[in-house]
Amino acid sequence: MTITEERTRPYGYTDLPALMGLMTGDEKHGPAATSTLDVLWVLYDRVLRVGPGRTDDPGRDRFLLSKGHGPMAYYAVLAAKGFVPVDWLPGFGSYDSPLGHHPDRVLVPGAEIGSGSLGHGLPIAVGTALGLRAQGLDEPRVWTLIGDAELDEGSNHEAIAFAGPAGLERLHTVVVDNSSASWARPGGIVARFEAAGWSALTVDGRDHEALYAAFTAPHPGRPHAVVARVEPKSA
Amino acid sequence: MRERFAPVVTRLLDEDPRVAVVLAEIGADGFAEARRRHPDRVVNVGIREQLLVGAAAGMALTGLRPVVHTFASFLVERPFEQVKLDLGHQGVGAVLVSAAASFDWPAGGYTHMAPGDVALLDTLDGWTVHVPGHPDEAETLLRHAVAAGDDKVYVRLSLQSNTRGLPVDGERFRTVREGRSGVVVAVGPVLDAVLDATEGLDVTVLYATTVRPFDAAGLRRATAAAGTDVVLVEPYLAGTSTAAANDALADVPHRVLGLGVGRAELRRYGRIDEHVAAHGLDARSLRARIGGFVGAGGTVPAGV
Repeated sequence: MTITEERTRPYGYTDLPALMGLMTGDEKHGPAATSTLDVLWVLYDRVLRVGPGRTDDPGRDRFLLSKGHGPMAYYAVLAAKGFVPVDWLPGFGSYDSPLGHHPDRVLVPGAEIGSGSLGHGLPIAVGTALGLRAQGLDEPRVWTLIGDAELDEGSNHEAIAFAGPAGLERLHTVVVDNSSASWARPGGIVARFEAAGWSALTVDGRDHEALYAAFTAPHPGRPHAVVARVEPKSA
Repeated sequence: MRERFAPVVTRLLDEDPRVAVVLAEIGADGFAEARRRHPDRVVNVGIREQLLVGAAAGMALTGLRPVVHTFASFLVERPFEQVKLDLGHQGVGAVLVSAAASFDWPAGGYTHMAPGDVALLDTLDGWTVHVPGHPDEAETLLRHAVAAGDDKVYVRLSLQSNTRGLPVDGERFRTVREGRSGVVVAVGPVLDAVLDATEGLDVTVLYATTVRPFDAAGLRRATAAAGTDVVLVEPYLAGTSTAAANDALADVPHRVLGLGVGRAELRRYGRIDEHVAAHGLDARSLRARIGGFVGAGGTVPAGV
């Protein structure tokens, strides 16, 4: 695919490796670089009510990328969906580029938060859900994406333990689990969300239909967590 | 002055639908009635200070004006990265209102003392810092803070207080006394002790309740008549504003003495006045230190 030609069709999932290649110089990417790719695509393609024309719309859904490490997949999806121009991608990480190795919400259209330091997105997402509720904005849903190792950060547990008992139904967390935490127990992630009163599901993080089903599963009165399992980072 | 906090902010909750209060247990009782009236805008997150600041930032991202409150050590020091990133880096504002100050609860020990709070905020860009010295001033400055758009504002409430409140404008230093042999800047609750200490000394006394931004122009104006020997008396870490005073006077020869709370941990309990004295911030100690610096002699008159 020639990515710079005049396009006559929207970008699709199969275009994402080439878009990432504009940042990495290679269309082949290992599991670590693409661990979030399918989750992000399904969210932006089928779940989130967002778009480049409504980045300031109070009624939009909010997606907060907490795991800011390795954001090529995120930028590729934002480019595919028209939030950022494709011709920004080759400058990735350069001085004049808005696209850094960790995203900055002030620089990236459509990015709801800047991230990089782990463990900030979920607490901010809690506040976003509270803020929307306080203003009577009942439609927008709030999503945040964290990594399984990011869950080591204690700030997440402050947020998880609050949001469940507080019944923040509009809050959604997707944990991309590529087994990168040094200390973990099987089933530990989903158990911690459930113990705090969240609705929680575990799915194959590469299976688009399974992801979609998990993302859209009803969870009345409770926040919702989806653990998306992908290939181990070390594999 | 902390007793003014909940009533003032409760009125602001009634008046302004943008205002929200975020608490981490401490101070929650004072907002019980406000919480009944505004259940979605008074939030107690439990004993979770990272969430306290992170959630406030999320609320600000949706357009609210969060007022965030706990003890200074748990508001600025413990969740400092949240203050730096969730507010500063995200480009949103909030009003952080602290209690307990440097040593308001001496019997509570060092875990509840935060003499370094203002110095820590000084490592960040764009913070306004109010240090009221009287409950009336606290009320005025809280209103200024909440009304300041989406600015990042820190209001440092303390049990230490001056006898009388003065008019404050949320920006400038106020000239309380005029002299010709030096300028003493008294910050918030140290004013009474500074006025006692400088009785009979030929110095100008400026009263500062808003220390960031630092009123460089006000200090420069005062030095025109009183000279450029400057003493800063601050109720938090000694020397916190020394760099700001030096910057204000960078193009003229000057001397700056920074007085305040010492860096060393005392490992003492006791009463506030005992800690004031231990840090040399009582009138007698200040008289000797200020007098010695401005060259007016350090003799202590009887009765001070």
